[in-house]
Amino acid sequence: MHIVVCVKQVPDTKIIKINPKTNTLDRRSAPAILNPYDAHAVQEAVRMKRLIKDVYISVLSMGPPQANAIIKKSVEIGAEEGYLISDRAFAGADTLATSYALSKALDKIASIRPIDMILCGKHAIDGDTGQVGPGIARRLDIPPVTNVIEVTELDEKEQTVVVKRKLSGGYQLLQIQVPCLLTVEKEINEIEYSPLPNMLKAARYEPIVWTVNDLEDVDRTQLGLKGSPTIVGKMFTPPKHEGGKRLEGSSDEQVRELIKCLLEEKKELFYVK
Amino acid sequence: MSKEYRGVWVFIEQNEGEIEGVSLELLGAGRKLADKLSVSLGGVLLGKDVKALCNQVISYGADEVYVIDHPVLEDYRTESYMKGVVLLAEKYSPEIFLYGATPNGKDLASAVATDLSTGLTADTTMLDVDLEKRLLEASRPAFGGNIMATILCKKHRPQMATVRPKVMKALEPDKERQGVIIEENIELHEEDMRTKVLKVVKDVSKRANLADAHIIVCGGKGLGDQQNFSLIYELAEVIGASVGGTRDVVEAGWLPHELQIGQTGETVTPKIYFAVGISGAIQHVVGMKNSEIIIAINKDASAPIFDVATYGIVGDALEILPKLIQQFKEIRTEKGGEISYA
Ligand SMILES: Cc1cc2nc3c(=O)[nH]c(=O)nc-3n(C[C@H](O)[C@H](O)[C@H](O)COP(=O)(O)OP(=O)(O)OC[C@H]3O[C@@H](n4cnc5c(N)ncnc54)[C@H](O)[C@@H]3O)c2cc1C
Ligand SMILES: Nc1ncnc2c1ncn2[C@@H]1O[C@H](COP(=O)(O)O)[C@@H](O)[C@H]1O
Repeated sequence: MHIVVCVKQVPDTKIIKINPKTNTLDRRSAPAILNPYDAHAVQEAVRMKRLIKDVYISVLSMGPPQANAIIKKSVEIGAEEGYLISDRAFAGADTLATSYALSKALDKIASIRPIDMILCGKHAIDGDTGQVGPGIARRLDIPPVTNVIEVTELDEKEQTVVVKRKLSGGYQLLQIQVPCLLTVEKEINEIEYSPLPNMLKAARYEPIVWTVNDLEDVDRTQLGLKGSPTIVGKMFTPPKHEGGKRLEGSSDEQVRELIKCLLEEKKELFYVK
Repeated sequence: MSKEYRGVWVFIEQNEGEIEGVSLELLGAGRKLADKLSVSLGGVLLGKDVKALCNQVISYGADEVYVIDHPVLEDYRTESYMKGVVLLAEKYSPEIFLYGATPNGKDLASAVATDLSTGLTADTTMLDVDLEKRLLEASRPAFGGNIMATILCKKHRPQMATVRPKVMKALEPDKERQGVIIEENIELHEEDMRTKVLKVVKDVSKRANLADAHIIVCGGKGLGDQQNFSLIYELAEVIGASVGGTRDVVEAGWLPHELQIGQTGETVTPKIYFAVGISGAIQHVVGMKNSEIIIAINKDASAPIFDVATYGIVGDALEILPKLIQQFKEIRTEKGGEISYA
């Protein structure tokens, strides 16, 4: 069984901070990381490999040459092969153009080794749209299941998987025919410490890099900025709210004042008559 | 674009015969857009035995309801639902098509956008139209600061967006409102489905709790560490509130992520919202700014959270919280009663 995980390089939003005065991103300290949801997707592939043994894990990323680093990171977690598509032609892609480029790369990977399952993160933490996964599935005409919190069964003979899909208030238990595409939530697993042999392999590992010329049947008008129907019209700081009352006095006084206001305005919340 | 695209559509998400709140909110928002553009508002309803819901869709503002009623549509599945929605969109060519940013709404919209080869804006929190160009202006918090970005889709139709629950307002339902019901047939066979729904399990645990809570005490990174964060739980306990947190707190592991409030977490609209040690980043604020009363406690007087606060206390949360807890406790014993929602 061949599982391909789509992995994206994103800025670490835990570390970059927003300067509240200028409202801009403080980029001084913005290291790029493997999108956390994608890390869980790679880990899930590794978990499946433990379940049914005969699993081969590849990862695929579209991004600048530096995205090598997150492919190495994926190898550390347990991927055996990594592909990077990197080309100016892909730049500026929105989700539609991204899923197009990735699906073309997946076609090529499938010609090397047929694909049984594609895993994506629930969303990328920089744009958090969650649209790329289902987009890829449509383009390849395979069934997508988003927001997967557990893979409960893998049946190699029947070529099916059973998964739990998170809903607003509960979950669905679904059986899907392979090949399929799943997007995973963080609670699907815990990221494990990477075993030493993986670390050693990752240190030496060089991904397979393709440019647009290496892909087949590509309609260039569907790539990058040109192939992106959405554009950013304008950026604006949201209309500033008035801000209400600043309470004054010592902290005891402020607390007393606050409670008085709350009891006046929302007394129904505080007493059972 | 060769065909003419006209009309505003809202995908009506239903679960076991009950329409999701966000769909009703979107009918309210869609009504405004449709009136501005002088076009009609359509609701798109798929499911099994759902025809009875059409009147409700009309009463909340729709002029037309497009219904596909089919046994295969009993439970949501991308495969079957997208087929139906794409069929309708291709046949009737709406210019704007809105979906709730729920798991199913986002899933469906992403698949439909790919098939229609059009643009889709995720997690919108503001909607407007440029009347002259008939352009949907879908705005959402942008990565890069306390900034909103307006996303446009100039050359492709329909213009699609998913919209966060609880940020738009539903209209008062009008039972007298008249509308047209348009039934459409679709060829679907269970045998062809590559996805089978084995069961649907309802779980009304923490998540739903937070969305329905009347009082929420939300803590941020300003509490310093997980141990201090227990003060948030203590205050919540005393006043019968639910606990939430910012993304930074969730990522620090102080709180499970289903309790995250904001753009990538829950949107909440309680009657009282305590924001303690929270800076007020836009991604957080979009998830709570429609709360009735917002109380901000932050030691930085210039923190943006104060801009959305009804009452602001500039001070150290570690000093203020114990006092709040103490005083609420005193009131409780004084009044000899529980403090909780009546
Ligand atoms: C794509 C994307 C999506 C995001 N989604 C979300 C989301 O859904 N929800 C969310 O919350 N965030 C989200 N964020 C993150 C968001 O931008 C902020 O980084 C986050 O909300 C900040 O959390 P915070 O206020 O707890 O921490 P900080 O910004 O670090 O603020 C801490 C505050 O505490 C104050 N403080 C410090 N010590 C004390 C003390 N002793 N007493 C009182 N006050 C004190 C400080 O003055 C400061 O204002 C998202 C970001 C991105 C890029
Ligand atoms: N440039 C990319 N390269 C590889 N995978 C991607 C890329 N962009 C998005 N993805 C995949 O699609 C998922 C959802 O991304 P998004 O729709 O941008 O939120 C991610 O978690 C990845 O699995």
